Amino acid sequence: MTAAAPARRAPPGNFAAAAVGLGALAAFLLAVEILIQTGVVSRFIVPPPSEIIGSFSRVIVEEHVFSRFLLTLTECLTAGMMLTVFGVAGGVLMHRFKLLQQACETWVAAMASAPIVLMYPLFLVIFGRNAWTIIMMGFFAALPPVILKTIEGIAGTRKVLVNVGRSFNLNATQQFWKILFPAALPTIFVGLRLGLIFALINIVGVEFLINFGGLGQLINELAERYDLAGTYAAICFVILVSIVFFVALEKTERWLRPVD
Amino acid sequence: MAETGRLTKAAVAAPVISPVTLLRLAIILTVLAIWEFLSHSGWLYRDVVPSLLAIGRALYQLLSAPDYYFNLGVTAAEIGAALAIGGLSGLAVGILLGANRFLSRAFESYIYYLGPTPKIIFFPIMIMWFGVGPESKVALGTLSCFFPVALSVAAGMRQIDKVLIRVGNSFRANSWQMVTKIYLPAMRHPIVNGARLGLGVALIGTLLAETKLSNKGIGFLIINAYSTFDMPRMYANLIVLFVLAIGANALVGRLGGLHSIKRL
Repeated sequence: MTAAAPARRAPPGNFAAAAVGLGALAAFLLAVEILIQTGVVSRFIVPPPSEIIGSFSRVIVEEHVFSRFLLTLTECLTAGMMLTVFGVAGGVLMHRFKLLQQACETWVAAMASAPIVLMYPLFLVIFGRNAWTIIMMGFFAALPPVILKTIEGIAGTRKVLVNVGRSFNLNATQQFWKILFPAALPTIFVGLRLGLIFALINIVGVEFLINFGGLGQLINELAERYDLAGTYAAICFVILVSIVFFVALEKTERWLRPVD
Repeated sequence: MAETGRLTKAAVAAPVISPVTLLRLAIILTVLAIWEFLSHSGWLYRDVVPSLLAIGRALYQLLSAPDYYFNLGVTAAEIGAALAIGGLSGLAVGILLGANRFLSRAFESYIYYLGPTPKIIFFPIMIMWFGVGPESKVALGTLSCFFPVALSVAAGMRQIDKVLIRVGNSFRANSWQMVTKIYLPAMRHPIVNGARLGLGVALIGTLLAETKLSNKGIGFLIINAYSTFDMPRMYANLIVLFVLAIGANALVGRLGGLHSIKRL
């Protein structure tokens, strides 16, 4: 997620580069439109971009996109709340008991690289074909980064702050709430941001796979109806929602940590 | 002699099993005991939590069936192809964006914001473009793999020591020599990191596509076990898959010398 940070810090006045980027996108869409209209590319495989743009309003109105969006958002926020409670608590617990951290941290790190989303058939059996399967899938897939970042945040508290707490004779609970937790909050939020992105990816993915829920199901339904323009429009809509979600999380994170 | 005595004493004092290992064993044994208890309790639907013996038997049957290795081969080939195509194209685009500031400002934000979108939603398009065979799975894996590799390599390019680039220029290295002699060796760490991330998402993309529409591969075996409600077989498939995925991830890191780099 941090890979493109230098690109994000590009001078804001660089309109030429942005214009070239947008121009290239427009030129690509125009080329696709021409290739389809001239019959070089079959319109039964790729619908013309004009048709996709035209079907946006149809998909939004007829397919109840807003209520689907709210459903996906609710699932994502429920998973996010569970991540905040259990992920942060898990990280704090592991930091508090060093032996537990030494024993389990590598397991959590290994889980972060495991394809947890492939357990969705198992979750279907346990929770049934309902929203809880989707929420729990998003929750479990996003849990490892939240735990790991919480541990990292608390462990990275500056020694001088801990010493200030000791000089005020704070007990363990006060030390945690007054010193460790506030100092770790920015890093914890990085974990939550990563977790929420993972949760959204997995939630939309599982909705698509099990044909249940909000935006993911919409794409599956339109594809099964062979509504090509609608499918492409729905995919564009999901991409837009993901980007807006991603940008909103980024802005919130910057607002929480104004000084880097 | 005194030295030997001290050493022997220290060796005797050291515990045979460290407390960390003991705790790990305790956690594993507790989880297994709870699992076995639940499987016999009748509190959950029958077979949702099969007994450990049934899972062990399914694991043995799975690993001793030649059919499993055929499906494993199919999935491995799909992931390998996805990693090769997505990784190489990501490497090329990353080098291009990292080397040229204007191109980076023009296009990198698109890659940056498209990167975290759920790629599985592109599967209907991939089916239309490449058919229902392994090609559409490779395409989805490729799409998943491209973004993390491109972003990691572009960031790595910008972190290359300028001295190294000046050395290459002073030797009048051409573009190809610059890439092979300067850029790639200097970007070992971000490339390995990108490959690890790429492998993880290519694996997920390919296997999810297999669970959605396929008649071979590990993803197909998992969804087939679900369809026939053969829970021990599903657990066995998931266990083997997780071990392989975590092992492959660790192997890529180790082969790329990630641990030695971190220590520097």
